[in-house]
Amino acid sequence: MSIIKGRKLSYDYFRVDEDGKEEEKIRAVDQVDLDVKEGDFVAILGHNGSGKSTLAKHINAILLPTEGTLYVDGKDTKDESKLWEIRQSAGMVFQNPDNQIIGTIVDEDVGFGPENMGVPSEEIWERVEKSLKAVGMWEYRSHSPNKLSGGQKQRVAIAGVVAMRPKCIVLDEPTAMLDPNGRKEVIHTVQELNRKEHVTVLLITHYMEEVIEADKVIVMDQGNIVMQGTPKEIFSHVEELKKYRLDVPQATLVAHELQKKGVPLPDGILSMRELEQELERAAERNQIHGDQN
Amino acid sequence: MIRDITLGQYYLADSVIHKLDPRVKLAGTMVFIISLFAFRSVSAYVVATLALAAVIHISKVPLKFMMRGLKSIFILLMITVVFNLFLIPGTPVLHFWKLTITEEGIETAAFMAIRLVYLILGSSVMTLTTTPNNLTDGLEKALRPLGKIHVPVHEISMIMSIALRFIPILLDETDKIMKAQMARGADFESGNLIQKAKNMVPLLVPLFISAFRRANDLAMAMEARGYHGGEGRTKMKPLVYASRDKAAYGMMLAYLVVMFAASRIKIFGF
Amino acid sequence: MAIKIEHLNYVYSEGTAFEKHALKDVNLELPDGQFIGVIGHTGSGKSTLIQHLNGLLKGTSGAIYYNGKNIYEEGYDLRNLRSKVGLVFQYPEHQLFEVDVFSDVCFGPKNLGLPKEEVEKRAQEALRLVGLKEKHYRKSPFELSGGQKRRVAIAGILAMEPDVLVLDEPTAGLDPKGRDEILDQVALLHKERHITVVLVSHSMEDVARYVDRIIVMNKGQVLFDNTPREVFQHYRELESVGLAAPQVTYLMHDLKEKGWNVDPQATTVEEAAESIYAELQRRNGRQQMPQCNDMQAMRTGRLTGNTCS
Repeated sequence: MSIIKGRKLSYDYFRVDEDGKEEEKIRAVDQVDLDVKEGDFVAILGHNGSGKSTLAKHINAILLPTEGTLYVDGKDTKDESKLWEIRQSAGMVFQNPDNQIIGTIVDEDVGFGPENMGVPSEEIWERVEKSLKAVGMWEYRSHSPNKLSGGQKQRVAIAGVVAMRPKCIVLDEPTAMLDPNGRKEVIHTVQELNRKEHVTVLLITHYMEEVIEADKVIVMDQGNIVMQGTPKEIFSHVEELKKYRLDVPQATLVAHELQKKGVPLPDGILSMRELEQELERAAERNQIHGDQN
Repeated sequence: MIRDITLGQYYLADSVIHKLDPRVKLAGTMVFIISLFAFRSVSAYVVATLALAAVIHISKVPLKFMMRGLKSIFILLMITVVFNLFLIPGTPVLHFWKLTITEEGIETAAFMAIRLVYLILGSSVMTLTTTPNNLTDGLEKALRPLGKIHVPVHEISMIMSIALRFIPILLDETDKIMKAQMARGADFESGNLIQKAKNMVPLLVPLFISAFRRANDLAMAMEARGYHGGEGRTKMKPLVYASRDKAAYGMMLAYLVVMFAASRIKIFGF
Repeated sequence: MAIKIEHLNYVYSEGTAFEKHALKDVNLELPDGQFIGVIGHTGSGKSTLIQHLNGLLKGTSGAIYYNGKNIYEEGYDLRNLRSKVGLVFQYPEHQLFEVDVFSDVCFGPKNLGLPKEEVEKRAQEALRLVGLKEKHYRKSPFELSGGQKRRVAIAGILAMEPDVLVLDEPTAGLDPKGRDEILDQVALLHKERHITVVLVSHSMEDVARYVDRIIVMNKGQVLFDNTPREVFQHYRELESVGLAAPQVTYLMHDLKEKGWNVDPQATTVEEAAESIYAELQRRNGRQQMPQCNDMQAMRTGRLTGNTCS
């Protein structure tokens, strides 16, 4: 079942001049059909300005489509009476960890969402404990967020969303401002949530290594979905990805270079381990053919 | 430098004072401050000193942290002392040049200095042992009756707690912006007042823009987490008076009585 | 000559509960014209170190010599030093404030007390050097994209005509496209102007492609200081301090361990592919590598053992 279903979704925004008059209309998302299966880990790639963040903000009904429709867990995001239900079923984590933590103490921040939902106090405590444990931040529950590292802050932000018990979490470039360690921490946390709690994950990023383990990868460019498929399928198209100015894992690049030189390697190699195995296989094959000749 | 401001700096420790209901602490701070101004005698101040020392001791917050708040009022303190010392007429003690120090002057200056210091220490106990959110929760609940006359109590307390959360972040940012501009040869120190004000522009513009961007982001994040005002909202840490809170109120009353009694006793004629 | 750092220590919040020894006995020499990468994870002291280079932070002990003169000596002109050792901070948002791009770039040279024509001449040249198109000059800096803002921020420092350009994580928050453009631009600048460039980063992959020398910081100390090829040989140690060598380093070392005669010092994709290809050919003896004729089959991933023989 599709938990997120978008049909011909478009979003326009207007650039206004100094007098407040419309200068030009910019189409950020253009006629997009989007389907996300419940329980999937979906990654959306695209460079800045490709429309990926705009699309993400629709899922939480922060933005409403100019044209077309979007259903989240069966609810039309345009239906104002369902607004809070939609925000509860699709949680959102943003890029800047500092600008989304509201509480001055970690546990108070995680409790913010459930408080807004009117959850009884005792249950809020249970949820806060469970969510903080799920992201591995329970020991930090009485710390001030200001003293945490970027990766830890993002994990608190994720816990804050998890405490609302959403079916789906949308993460809008959650690692863009983090260092490599923080990035790993956050991605690992998200993968665990997807695996153990079966939360549907929609990860928006431009870091390739974060999408390798996704169930599905969507590539966006100029407001359109231009590629869609498993990571293997997507990374089989090195030249096309380069055209969209996206990164490709180094393993894929080395394989691609070798292919260009005529070494018979399969497409869509994603990790160094895979490449090693394929290289050994290729060498063996050579050996055999060499002997035959 | 700017990071020394204790405002909104919670000191994590496991003490009875930390666990008290914020309303009790608010009331306690008020009682303490009022008592300083209401009872002016050496014996009363001895009692106040003992009470403050006891509370600080129980709070388990190192004295060093308490003292940090004093740095920011040091100049104010000096001005108060100097003014009182020289400007209050009465029996002269010391006379040099055109200035006269009087007995009354010394007395007032000493009391004013103690009052100011105790005032800061007293409120530091509250801010250091109460998380800002807890404090604003306390204020919100204490001020709830005002909601009946259409005072937006929930909104005010939300604004306060957000301000408290972002003050350290913005201070940090100020530091970074200053450095970035100094790397471009900006000068924040020399020049007269007008020049100095003008030199602040490269600091203030990026700071304001950043603050607005943060406000925008935060509003979006709050909405995304289902924030829609105080209506229908529950509390993770609802404020319920425990027996220790009632005991604390009792202590406050006892303190006032002792202060009152002590103020009747004169030591050295004060 | 250029910059020499001797026994530099930096302790902040000394005497409080937050006391931290951010730099421990750092000794470095940064000769003119080098392209240097400074790598370390958050809290390694790399940002603290570069803020010492232009005197924004003053070491607790030790000395820094700029062209032979100790910058900690009394009466040393630190403002002049700041124009010679230009430091571009991580977020351009922290320095852009003027009504338009051009005036913002003028801020630095104006502070040097230069005449108006000279200020404008320098701003023009700096903006050209960072590759910002002229149509943006009169725009508000806040209308620009992240990559463009960063160019303006760099131009703002270049306009002071520094001899050393220090960039603190110039690619943070940029997408791959913006990142490549900025780094390429900096590399070009280094080539054109022969100024010393110090690039602070936590991405090994980025740095490996550009720099002649890598300084790895860990816990306030210099852990390694060598060419990228040499530094990445210590990939196991790098990993233990929370850093990683470029992915290809791992591949080359693993292949080497399996008996492949490949260059373990290859640090870029091209070098790695070249080395592996050579080895495959060697392994194939005098015979030619089997050329894959059916490229289509490979593209679609339906490759079987014999398709290409």
